Amino acid sequence: MSDVLLAIRGLTKAYPGVVANSDVSFDIRPASVHALLGENGAGKSTLVKTIYGLVRPDAGSMTLAGRPYTPAEPRAARAAGVAMVFQHFSLFDALSVAENIALGMENPPPLRDLSSRIAQVSREYGLPLDPRRTVGDLSAGERQRVEIIRCLLQAPRLLIMDEPTSVLTPQEVDILFGTLRQLREEGTAILYISHKLEEIRALCEEATILRGGKVVATCDPRATSARQMAEMMVGGTLKTPARATIAGGEVVLEVQGLSAASPRQHGMALRDVTFSVSRGEVLGIGGVAGNGQDELLLALSGEMRTAPGMVRLGSDPIGRCSPSERRARGLLCAPEERMGHAAAPDMTLTENAFLTGRVRERLARGGFVDWTGARSFAERVIRGFDVRTPGPGAAARSLSGGNLQKFVIGREILQRPEVLVVNQPTWGVDAAAAASIRQALLDLASQGAAVVVVSQDLDELMEISDRFAALNEGRLSPARPARGLTVEEIGLMLGGAHGMEVAHAH
Amino acid sequence: MIYLEKRPTPSRAWALATPLLAVLATMIVGGLLFAAMGKDPVLAIRTIFWDPLFGEFASYTRPQLLIKAGPLILIAIGLSFGFRAGIWNIGAEGQYILGALTGAAVGLAFYPSESRLIFPLMVLAGALGGMAWALIPGLLKVRFGTNEILVSLMLVYVATNLLAYAALGPLQNPEGMGFPGSRNLSQWSASANPELFTGTGIHWGVIAAGLSVLVAYVLLARHAFGFAVRLAGQSPRAAAFAGVSPSRLVLTCMAISGGLAGLAGVFEVTGPAGQISIDFNVGYGFTAIIVAFLGRLHPVGILLAGLLMALTYIGGEMAQLQLSLPAAAIQLFQGMLLFFLLAMDVLTQFRVRVRSGRAQAPQAVVAQPKPAQGTH
Repeated sequence: MSDVLLAIRGLTKAYPGVVANSDVSFDIRPASVHALLGENGAGKSTLVKTIYGLVRPDAGSMTLAGRPYTPAEPRAARAAGVAMVFQHFSLFDALSVAENIALGMENPPPLRDLSSRIAQVSREYGLPLDPRRTVGDLSAGERQRVEIIRCLLQAPRLLIMDEPTSVLTPQEVDILFGTLRQLREEGTAILYISHKLEEIRALCEEATILRGGKVVATCDPRATSARQMAEMMVGGTLKTPARATIAGGEVVLEVQGLSAASPRQHGMALRDVTFSVSRGEVLGIGGVAGNGQDELLLALSGEMRTAPGMVRLGSDPIGRCSPSERRARGLLCAPEERMGHAAAPDMTLTENAFLTGRVRERLARGGFVDWTGARSFAERVIRGFDVRTPGPGAAARSLSGGNLQKFVIGREILQRPEVLVVNQPTWGVDAAAAASIRQALLDLASQGAAVVVVSQDLDELMEISDRFAALNEGRLSPARPARGLTVEEIGLMLGGAHGMEVAHAH
Repeated sequence: MIYLEKRPTPSRAWALATPLLAVLATMIVGGLLFAAMGKDPVLAIRTIFWDPLFGEFASYTRPQLLIKAGPLILIAIGLSFGFRAGIWNIGAEGQYILGALTGAAVGLAFYPSESRLIFPLMVLAGALGGMAWALIPGLLKVRFGTNEILVSLMLVYVATNLLAYAALGPLQNPEGMGFPGSRNLSQWSASANPELFTGTGIHWGVIAAGLSVLVAYVLLARHAFGFAVRLAGQSPRAAAFAGVSPSRLVLTCMAISGGLAGLAGVFEVTGPAGQISIDFNVGYGFTAIIVAFLGRLHPVGILLAGLLMALTYIGGEMAQLQLSLPAAAIQLFQGMLLFFLLAMDVLTQFRVRVRSGRAQAPQAVVAQPKPAQGTH
């Protein structure tokens, strides 16, 4: 048997206006975990889509176990032994685990046989999962297990995992890593995409680093520091956020016994959420997505109204206030979803600056919009936060995710908030932009504002928070000083590993 | 292989060109239709598009153009706010009838006074009547989550029955020798809405239509309300985040569209129509929907589309008279116009590409399955 499972030679793929992959070559060995690293837009997605048969390369070749490999579609890739777990799951909420898996198969066996196969694989690989449960009731971690088991049933030679840990608690990450190591022992190769560098150092033997569509470095993650890898990704040096701490500021935002049903279907109700933030303080709220983060933000932004006393700004009850009234009082928010929630994709940056800047920047007089003022406000945001765009007349959707995020965060910060609430401020943002966003949040706090950061990225929260609280199933844990918290403690605050009890029941 | 590629931003040039292309395509296919019916297609198209403006009866038909375009533009401008915000008032026809009814009723209550206040009062009553009729679906939607499309449409049928009742009952002309229909409002000087400039067809309704175009343009371009309307239509969640109240927006948009439809109704009943009669309404409220979309929901576009639509109305009537084309063929012709416009709309959002072989096939798909979208 040769020493190389998948050999990639000179893969090139260009889209109108951008070269996604340029002459990419590397090897993936059997029985190894190979990391693929790179900032957003570095070409990772295009590369794995090529391997999985979703994208046809313009040039270059691949060989799988010594034979030419040109998958025309994912089905051909699967037949050749390549499986992939996507970041976004494709599961039907209303169906059971077994039914979902059967739907993805070419010739599904009878459901009862399939269920016992699923249970068997689930036991063998330590991935607790009951095949009879309805997918709609599963946590994100459990849904991911459905996708992984769906792949394992094909006994793949190469398993591609795209950002698998972004939806997992630390305990669930441990379970996943156990499974991946076991697969490696059995000879399966794993191509692992992540931007969490410590995880890669714990799991992978080899790493290929992409930047601007090209392979810029390869390294052994076990012998390379996370900082070195990050700098290879960015192609420069990284600054660690620094701040001047203010101690003992007065409480500005107080949330007391906040309970509210989700306005959305399949949303998570908030249950008795209580916390407060003081001037100069950063409160980090961690948790796996879908545990009430969006609802908490809606309740704070004013898109969802509650009993007046549940949310207080200063000493005023504002639970019934509209988003505009809250802005006037100094409570500003930046929601997670940039396109379509924080910003209107088809509108220009000027219009998007007016979207939240109207009240505090006084951009409307007698109901008439001051477009000149809105434009100069947009220009200030673009300059102050290094937003890469042709100008304020560009449509929001023409910006990359990171640039739009800088715009959205900058738009709120420049309005000098008393309290700023941000949800997933660096989600899908490249390392350099993420660092500058975090720095901006810390600067805002050191100028005396209270900052609430809701994030799934625990490293980020540990880096910038003064206190940390965890949101799990719509309940918020008491906030604890972030300094000195261990990963285990955080994991338990986050609710441990979802679905472990199911495994013990068998 | 021909496939569609999504444009990064909608093309402005195509947004302007597609209405013209749609008119052209309608002429061609309509011409084929007329040819298949055994008529001379060139003559038919000429009769519809050319003769009303420059033919031998142009001195009669030209004023008709503005008389017909006035209500269409007025109603379409009102509808365009709601349509932009994703609020679908389909019942402008009913609001138009109610505007005429309330306006006429208020005026006739003062008969035979000759006060100068009567006409303005009727106009106000007409606007309020149309507004009230439109607020029924609006309030039901806000309060109980009913579908405004269905409710507003069904209220059209209620309105036509009210019209028949009024024409045969309370508003019937006591001196009309038992014929259905009200007194002639255009011949009673206190309520008349006459032609203001001889030979132009311009009456107060046409002036109101022109003003509505101007006001709508300013509102949409420069006012926070226009911004809220556009934002709510494009990204409802961003609108909620910006602080736009969805219920207030629904009620405002319904009130505007109903109010303008009501205005059109009262100007019509006091002017060109002259009286409340069973067959007072001729479908302006429905045609205005086409006008609004043909004009791309833009005030200036609606102005042009209203004129074009009026032209096909008048031309269509002439074609019926002179070439004995059936009325259904003319309606079909008008329907084609909307159909082609919507079909051509694809070109503003997508680019047509031709490529040989099957390379690039995955990009050709308009809607990709979710997993294929990756991390970007």
